[in-house]
Amino acid sequence: MTCDWVPKLDLYVDGELSGGELKEVEVHLQTCPTCAADALNRLQLKRMTQSAGRRFSARPEFRLKVAQSIDAAKPPRWAWRWAPVLAAAAALVLMLIPAAVWLQYSRSEQALGELADLHVSTLASANPVDVVSSDRHTVKPWFQGKLPFTFNLPDVETSPFKLIGGRLAYFQQSPGAQLLFDVGKHRISVFIFQNRAELSRLNSGSSLTTKLAFNTESWTEGGLWYFVVGDASPSDVHDLSELLRSARS
Amino acid sequence: MPMFTSLYNFAHWLAHNREEAEDLVQEAYLKALKGFASFQQGTNFRAWMYRILRNTFLTSRSGLGVKMTVPLDREEDAVGPPTDTPEAALLARADQQMLQSALERLPVQFREVILLCDVEEMSYREIAEIIGIPIGTVMSRLSRARKSMRELLAEKMRGASK
Repeated sequence: MTCDWVPKLDLYVDGELSGGELKEVEVHLQTCPTCAADALNRLQLKRMTQSAGRRFSARPEFRLKVAQSIDAAKPPRWAWRWAPVLAAAAALVLMLIPAAVWLQYSRSEQALGELADLHVSTLASANPVDVVSSDRHTVKPWFQGKLPFTFNLPDVETSPFKLIGGRLAYFQQSPGAQLLFDVGKHRISVFIFQNRAELSRLNSGSSLTTKLAFNTESWTEGGLWYFVVGDASPSDVHDLSELLRSARS
Repeated sequence: MPMFTSLYNFAHWLAHNREEAEDLVQEAYLKALKGFASFQQGTNFRAWMYRILRNTFLTSRSGLGVKMTVPLDREEDAVGPPTDTPEAALLARADQQMLQSALERLPVQFREVILLCDVEEMSYREIAEIIGIPIGTVMSRLSRARKSMRELLAEKMRGASK
C-alpha cells in the first residue's frame, strides 16, 4: 500500500516545501520508515543525476568564438556607453565657456566699480586724506609700517598735477595706498595694491578705459597693481599714469 | 559570458551532439543580445536565458521533430518509486555511466525537466517559466520523468545481470 505522503516526497527532496508543510513532512518521515527510505532514495537519485548530468563542457575555442561574435554584434562600447555622456559634457563646456567669460567680465566690472566708489566716497569726505601734503617725501614715509610694501612717487612739481595727500584704502580684504592728485579742478585717485592673480585679471592693459563715466588706467609693475581713476580727461589720467610709471623714488 | 558552462551542457543534452549544441548556444547568446531590451529588469535572467536556448532548440532541425511527440501530461500519472526492484539496491549498483545512458534515452521533455531541476537546481517556478507550463504540470512531468529514469536503470541492471 502506498502512503498518502508519497506525492509530497519529491517536493521535499527538491526543496519546494516551506513553513508548516515542511514541518509536517519532517514529522511524518520520523514515524514512517517506508517514506523515510523512499525520500532517501529519491535524494540519492537526485544527487547521482546531478553529478551524471554535468557531463558536457564546451571547447575553449568555441567559448572564444562566442565571445568574439558577441563583441562583434555589440555596438562599439564607447559609443553606446559614453556617447550620451560625451555629448552632455561637450554641451556643458559650450555653455560654460561664455558663462565663464561673462562671469569674469562681470566680476571685473564689479571690482573696478568698487574702486570708483572708493574714489567718490573719498571726495565726498570732509577729510579725504589722512596725510595732507603736497610733498612726496612726506606722503610716502607716512605709509611706512601701515603697508606691507613700498612704492615710488613721481616729482610732479613741473607737471599740471598736484599731490593732495594719501590715505589707507582697503580693497578685497587687502590694504593699499590711495593717493589723491589735483589736475585743474578735477581730482584723481591713484590706488596701489600688492599684485594678486585676481587683480592682474582686472587689468584692462595700460590703455585707458572708462568705468561709470570715470576714466581709468591700470597696470602692474614691480609686484604692485596700480589703478588710476578720476573724472579728469583721458589724457590727464594717462599723463599721471605715465608720471607714476616713471617714478624712481 | 553568464552561464556559459551550464547553458552549453544543457544544449548538448538537448541536441545530443557537439556541433548542434554549439550552434544552439551561439544563436541563443546572439538572440539574447539582440532581444535584451525585451528582458524585464527584476525578472529572472537565468530563466530568460534558458527559455531562449530552449526555444532555439525547438526551432532547430532536431527540435522540430521533438515538438511532434510531446507526451500528454496527466496529473494522475504522478507516481512513487517502482516496486519490482528494491530502490536502494538499484541505486547502489548504478554508476555514472548508467545514469548518463538512462538520461540520454529519456524523451527530451523528461530529460529537460530532470536537467533543470536536478542538475541546474532550479525551482519549479523557474522551470515552469522556461518551459511555459503550469507549476502543477512541472511536478507531474518531473515525477513521471523520474519514474522513467528508474525503469530505465532497472532495465539496464537486468540487461547487465543477464
